Amino acid sequence: MRIGIPKEIFEEERRVAATPEVAAKLRDLGFDVAVESGAGAAASFDDEAYRGAGVEVIGDAATLWSDSDIILKVRAPLDGGPQDEIGRLRDGQVLVSFLWPAQNPELLDKLAAKGVTTLAMDSIPRISRAQKMDALSSMANIAGYRAVVEAAQHFGRFFTGQITAAGKIPPAKVLVIGAGVAGLAAIGAAKGMGAIVRAFDTRPEVKEQVESMDGEFLLLDFEEEGSGTGGYAKVMSEEFIKAEMELFAQQAEEVDIIITTALIPGKPAPKLITAEMVKSMKAGSVVVDLAAEQGGNCELTQPHKVVEQHGVTLIGYTDLPSRLAAQSSQLYGTNLRHLLTDMCPEKDGQLVVDMDDEVIRGATVVKGNEITWPPPAPKLSAAPPKPAEQKAAEPPPAPKPRAPAWVGPAVTFGVGALALLGLGSVAPPSFMAHFTVFVLACFVGYMVIWNVTPALHTPLMSVTNAISSIIIIGALLQISSGETWIMWIATLTVLITSINIFGGFAVTRRMLQMFQK
Amino acid sequence: MSEGIVTVSYIGATVLFILALGGLSHPETARRGNLYGMIGMSIAMLATIFGVVTGNYALLIGALVIGGAIGFTLALRVQMTQMPELVAILHSLVGLAAVLVGFASFLDPESHFIGVELTIHDIEIYIGVLIGAVTFSGSVIAFGKLSGKIGGKPLTLPARHWLNLILVLAMIWFGVEFVQGSAAGEGLTPLLIMTAIALLLGIHMVMAIGGGDMHVVVSMLNSYSGWAASATGFMLSNDLLIVTGALVGSSGAILSYIMCRAMNRKFIAVIAGGFGTSGGTTVGAEDQGEVVPISAAETAELLVNAKEVMIVPGYGMAVAQAQHIVNEITRCLRDKGVNVRFGIHPVAGRMPGHMNVLLAEARVPYDIVFEMDEINDDFPKIDVSIVIGANDIVNPSAQTDPDSPIAGMPVLEVWKGDTTIVLKRSMATGYAGVQNPLFFKENTRMLFGDARESLDEVLKGL
Repeated sequence: MRIGIPKEIFEEERRVAATPEVAAKLRDLGFDVAVESGAGAAASFDDEAYRGAGVEVIGDAATLWSDSDIILKVRAPLDGGPQDEIGRLRDGQVLVSFLWPAQNPELLDKLAAKGVTTLAMDSIPRISRAQKMDALSSMANIAGYRAVVEAAQHFGRFFTGQITAAGKIPPAKVLVIGAGVAGLAAIGAAKGMGAIVRAFDTRPEVKEQVESMDGEFLLLDFEEEGSGTGGYAKVMSEEFIKAEMELFAQQAEEVDIIITTALIPGKPAPKLITAEMVKSMKAGSVVVDLAAEQGGNCELTQPHKVVEQHGVTLIGYTDLPSRLAAQSSQLYGTNLRHLLTDMCPEKDGQLVVDMDDEVIRGATVVKGNEITWPPPAPKLSAAPPKPAEQKAAEPPPAPKPRAPAWVGPAVTFGVGALALLGLGSVAPPSFMAHFTVFVLACFVGYMVIWNVTPALHTPLMSVTNAISSIIIIGALLQISSGETWIMWIATLTVLITSINIFGGFAVTRRMLQMFQK
Repeated sequence: MSEGIVTVSYIGATVLFILALGGLSHPETARRGNLYGMIGMSIAMLATIFGVVTGNYALLIGALVIGGAIGFTLALRVQMTQMPELVAILHSLVGLAAVLVGFASFLDPESHFIGVELTIHDIEIYIGVLIGAVTFSGSVIAFGKLSGKIGGKPLTLPARHWLNLILVLAMIWFGVEFVQGSAAGEGLTPLLIMTAIALLLGIHMVMAIGGGDMHVVVSMLNSYSGWAASATGFMLSNDLLIVTGALVGSSGAILSYIMCRAMNRKFIAVIAGGFGTSGGTTVGAEDQGEVVPISAAETAELLVNAKEVMIVPGYGMAVAQAQHIVNEITRCLRDKGVNVRFGIHPVAGRMPGHMNVLLAEARVPYDIVFEMDEINDDFPKIDVSIVIGANDIVNPSAQTDPDSPIAGMPVLEVWKGDTTIVLKRSMATGYAGVQNPLFFKENTRMLFGDARESLDEVLKGL
């Protein structure tokens, strides 16, 4: 089958659905690949690079659309206009792109009417197996990074703290709200530039992730689980939001940069930063609102624009991934390739839309003339499912009455003392002399061995083993016996213990020779 | 030679033995320690041969030469991966020797003890033979298990604890019989029966212990061989034997204790055996998600780009004999400026310090080989951890799942690093029979295949 990669016509869209590298790998799967001339230009991939990867470059967009069986795109196809992308689609074609089916129901209708089987990259279920094709995550990652870069550009100071001859520069303080993929990427980028980074999220399980990025997790003194399905957050209770807003208000006065990434699927973005808070921020501060396209987390941001209010720069760009076009094209293309690899199990260039596959099922929003969205929801969360509630309901077992700590040793010593007394009362002096030696030797052994480094445990064991063949002395004492067979037993004993002596010492020597710096 | 000189020689030997054990506390002094041990042993033997032995020199020398030759050959031929087996079989020799010396001592017509002294002497013989026999049969079984001649799975007879108890009680009863019989000039039969029972006890005890607990078994047998020597010393009224035996015995006991602590298990529980057969149901049944495989070439790339690499070897490295190739990878990476270190879990492998010996054999410098306690806090800073054929010692469920059979056992926290690569032949569970959630973590990659072949590929990729 033939894959076509058109040039993105959406305004300010610089990405391309497949880089030359991705295209070459698609060819390995058995597909023919064609690209519209200049499709990769904005992302710094020229036509020559595509030709070098064995991709056919087609000058005319209409030809490309009509000749391809599979269309790979970044943005959803546009309706109407001089380049009517929807109009160029035809029955039986397969379209793969971002689509946002929840926001664009009429687009689904049109695609279904045309009979275009459509896979929405944004609808791929967020389960472990599908991570390699999770374009939302890879784009969010870039957006998070870019958000920090944009903030840095509009922020009139250093991120990192320094002490210079010209005075001390305090480090910038960054607050990241929403520690999803974008939030974590932002934390990493800001941290990398030397800022002090704090993060907040309603889902407590991300605390560890934030801390793994060296960020400081702001805890709300409030008990509510914010994890929704599919690793997203859910809408929180009113009390929670109130406590949360207090926290933000307090932080707004302190921090220099706020990056918000809070999204709840299928809902407008929650308003977290009020006009009041913006007003309370220091002059020159920056707010980057990654949720601008969904209405914004900050009341004052305007989508697609940078505005200044109350001395604070509010960045509402909605095309952050596109601003790192080469990188995001590469990642998006790789996500697409992984999806196509899964859909082309025979590697023969034939695409199979397997509706029994959870991932494919989730991504497919139109199959033939039928709208197949929304899919039956897979339920998975980053947090482990809660253990059965009744477990917690059980009364904790009554703690066993424990004896005070001194009882154990006291009993041991008591028994030991009694045993020794008993022994001392019956045993002859010769035995007691030996016994004294024995007990002292045990303690010497105990003291000496504690110092042995664990690395030498094996040599230690083989050397003690060799030393324990001191038992040969017993055999030597007996070998001169007049009784013939005692002599023979003793000889046998000498034989086997000498195996042990020589073998033990030699092998220890061999091992120790190997320990070197 | 006068008795005084013999005694002085014995004191000298004792001191040298203590120095030998002390010397092993550090790699730099260890070789000297071993030398002390050899000198001590030579002094003790020479003093005995020239001071006490009065005849049969030909036999003595013959046995020494033959035994010595066998010992040398064994020591030089053995593969380092077979060390646990060798140590186990050598332990059995000490046990056997204790039994033989005990019998010979009992049958010695020249002994002339009376009254309490006779009773004590008999008890000493009895205990010496008992410990010797348990050590002997236990070590033979341990040898079989370690060399794979006997399956590693614990043999759990029904009511096995009762069985052990009955065996012990029977031995006590025969002990009384023996002491009474001996006073009347007999007693050989109870001694023989007890020996048989002790042999059975040794077999049963080690059979019941799972492969994962072999560390404890090996060091426990080491301890027993010491006690056997000590008991023999009592029986022969020889302080040198008593002291040396006690040194070895307490050293083995401490090692066992350290091993048990490393597994967070009670000594008694290990000895009672049956580990890995009960529990372990909760985790394995659940679908934990998918593992992400990785190729050798990708592994190599990850390693080259890393700054901090931690290698965590396990028994699988020993089985695949991969230690040499591991060393080459280490050298190659260190030349490129990557900080490679090794994290060794106390119970990695099949005997205490097993991994250290293998790495030392492959000439990995010992100062980049670290104990768990030294490096466990460093994992968050590690870019790539490579787990080679280890499973239970890197299992996060020991910390997270209180129902897990290995719950509470200290483990190497590899999952805290950036990426973990696990080399494994298949998805089979480790000795504890527990599924390992590490494999399903997002930052874990699985490199399936024989460890040596996989690492060969990785080295080529470097």
